[in-house]
Amino acid sequence: MTSSAAALVDVQGLVKHFPGERGAFGLGRPRAVVRAVDDVSFAIASGQTLGLVGESGCGKSTVGRTILRLIEPDAGRVAIDGVNVLTLGGRELRALRRRMQIVFQDPYGSLNPRLTVRQTLAEPLAIHHLAAGADAGRRIAALLEEVGLDPGFAKSYAHELSGGQRQRVGIARALSVEPQFLVLDEPVSALDVSVQAQVLNLLADLQQRRRLTYLFIAHDLAVVKHVADHVAVMYLGKIVERAPGPQLYAAPRHPYTTSLLSAVPVPDPKAQRPRIVLTGDVPSPAQPPPGCPFHPRCPHPKKDARCRTEPPALREVAPGQLAACHYAEEPL
Amino acid sequence: MTEPLLRVRDLKTYFVTEHGSGTARAVDGVSFDLHAGETLGLVGESGCGKTVTSLSVLRLIPEPPGHIRPGSFIEFAGRNLLTLAPRELRAIRGNQIAMIFQEPMTSLNPVFTVGYQIAEAAIVHQRLSRRAARTRAIEMLKLVGIPDPAQGVDHYPHQMSGGMRQRVMIAMALVCHPKVLIADEPTTALDVTIQAQILELLERLQAELGMAIMLITHDLGVVAGSADRVVVMYAGQVVEQAPTPELFARPLHPYTEGLLASVPRLDAPPARARGRLHGIPGQVPAASDWPGGCRFHPRCPYAWDRCRDEEPPLLDAGAGEPGTHTVRCWLLTEPQRRTARAPLP
Repeated sequence: MTSSAAALVDVQGLVKHFPGERGAFGLGRPRAVVRAVDDVSFAIASGQTLGLVGESGCGKSTVGRTILRLIEPDAGRVAIDGVNVLTLGGRELRALRRRMQIVFQDPYGSLNPRLTVRQTLAEPLAIHHLAAGADAGRRIAALLEEVGLDPGFAKSYAHELSGGQRQRVGIARALSVEPQFLVLDEPVSALDVSVQAQVLNLLADLQQRRRLTYLFIAHDLAVVKHVADHVAVMYLGKIVERAPGPQLYAAPRHPYTTSLLSAVPVPDPKAQRPRIVLTGDVPSPAQPPPGCPFHPRCPHPKKDARCRTEPPALREVAPGQLAACHYAEEPL
Repeated sequence: MTEPLLRVRDLKTYFVTEHGSGTARAVDGVSFDLHAGETLGLVGESGCGKTVTSLSVLRLIPEPPGHIRPGSFIEFAGRNLLTLAPRELRAIRGNQIAMIFQEPMTSLNPVFTVGYQIAEAAIVHQRLSRRAARTRAIEMLKLVGIPDPAQGVDHYPHQMSGGMRQRVMIAMALVCHPKVLIADEPTTALDVTIQAQILELLERLQAELGMAIMLITHDLGVVAGSADRVVVMYAGQVVEQAPTPELFARPLHPYTEGLLASVPRLDAPPARARGRLHGIPGQVPAASDWPGGCRFHPRCPYAWDRCRDEEPPLLDAGAGEPGTHTVRCWLLTEPQRRTARAPLP
C-alpha cells in the first residue's frame, strides 16, 4: 500500500519528538528526547480501515493525534484527500476538521460532565455552522438513533450513562460534522466484552453506511483482526511491519509481530499454540537501543551483530507486506 | 474428590446504596469450592460481583456501607472465616490466603522500598529478623524473575515498570507461601507480552509452591489458558460452573454463550474473521435493581414466561459426577427452546 490516487489519508515520514523532562522541580539538565513517532508512513484507501497496533508507549496514539494536529508534528507530510494538513493555517485547519474526527478511549474522561448529550452534540454543529435551533434538535435525534441510542438520551448528562452509552455519544459527536475520516483511539478497550461487541458492530455499520475511512488504534490484536483491512505494527515509535490483515495474521514476518500474536490468549483450552514469551520490558523511547530497536528482546535464532548495530529498513519482503527485520525472509 | 481447601456457601454481600435508601445485592448467594493446587477462574463483566466475592473471602469489605449477611459461610481449613476474631483472621490473611490486585501502581506504597513491602508480611507473620527478612525479600524477587534482585530490593515502586511492579505484588503475596492466592485481574493493566510473562510466572510458581489460585478475570482467553475450572458470574450469582474444557466445549448458560460469542477471536478462520459479532444486547443491570425471575432474562434471546416469573436454581447438566457442570437456566429443563442465535441488531 503506497501513496496511491485512491488513498484518502496519506502519511509520509511523520516525526514527533517530545523534549525530555527535567529532574525534580524542573531542575537539572533535560533528559534525552522521547522519539514518540519516528519516521512513520502509511496510506489508507477511502472506505478502508488501517489497524495500528502496538503496546503502550509505542507511539500509536501520538500518530493519531499528530495526523489531526491535536499535537503538532515535527516533520512529515499528512494529506487528507490531497490536502496537506500540516501546512494549513488556523481557519483552513478548522474547516478541514469537519472532514476528520476522533473518538477517544476513555468514555468517562472525554465527555464534558457539565453538558447534556444535546449540548455535547450541538457544539460541533454550531462551530461548523451546520445547524441550529429546531434543525439541530432534529439532527441530534437522528444522530442518536444512528448510534443506537434513544433520542430521549439528549437530556441526559454523561454521569447518567453507562460506559457503552457514553462511547456511543462520543461516536455521535464525531459523526455530527459528517466527516470522511475517523481516528478511533482504542474505542472499545474500556468497555466490557458484551458491550464491546455492540460498539464494534456499530462502527462496522457506520463505516458501510457512510463510506467512512478509519484509523483504528488498538492494543488488542484480535479486535484489530476483526476490523482492519490493513494492519501496521508499531514498536518504539516506528512501524516494524505493515501488511494486509489476513497476510499479517497468517504469515507475520517481523519477530515482534510473531511474538505479539503468540502472546494473545485464545478462548479455547484445546488450542495448542507455540507461545513465545518475550523477556524484558519495552525499552524507554528516550533511549532506544542502537541497531534494530527490538534486538534486546528479539527471540530470532539468527540475531547477530548486525541487528545490534545496523537499523533495519522497512522494506517489502512479500507482495504488499513490509517488515523492518534483517531476517524477514526467515520468519520465526 | 478430596476435601476442598476453601468452601464458600451462600455468600451474600450487600451494600447500602449512596442515598441510603436501597440495598445493592452485589453478591447474592454465591457458592463454590476451591481445591488444593487447582486454579479456579472467576469470570464475568464489571458489576457482576466477582471482585466483591474475592474481597469477602478475606473480609476486606468496608463496613459500612457493606456487610456480609448472616447465613453466609466461608470455610478455610475447617474454620468459618466469617466468625473468626480479628486476631485469628489476621493470622490467616496475607499468610495462608494472600491476594494480588489489578493495579500494581496503587497497590504498592510509594514511600517504602519494594524489599520492605515484600518482607513486611514475613516480619509480621513469621517474626523474621530484619536481616533475614531482607534475604527473604531478595529470594522472592529472584523467584519472580526480577533482574538484579540484590539491587531491586532497595528500589521504590516508581523506579519500576508496570510488569515489574506486578511481579513485586506477586512476591509480596507469596512471601509466606500461602495455600490460597486470590489474583484479581492480575494482568488486565498490562500489555500482552508482559501478560504472557506474568501468566507463565504464576503457572511456574503454582507448580513449585503448590498453592491454589482463584483467578478473577473478564478475559475468557486468560481463563482458557490458565484455569482448571471456571465459575461464571452474572448479577451477583453463579450462573454456570464447569471444568474448563467442558465449559468451552459445551457452554450452556445463554450468558456464557453470549460472552464467548462477543469476543473477536485471533483463531477465527479468515472467512469468519470479519463480519458481525454475535454478542449480548443491553448491559449488566444495577446491583440495587436486579431483574425478577432469571436475572439474565431481559438480555436473553431464549427467554420465555417462566424465565420472567421464576428464578432458576443451579441445575445439573449431567456431565460426569453430579455437580461437575451446573447451570442456572430453565433451558436445561426444556432444551428444545434453544434455537439458533440471531446476530445482534
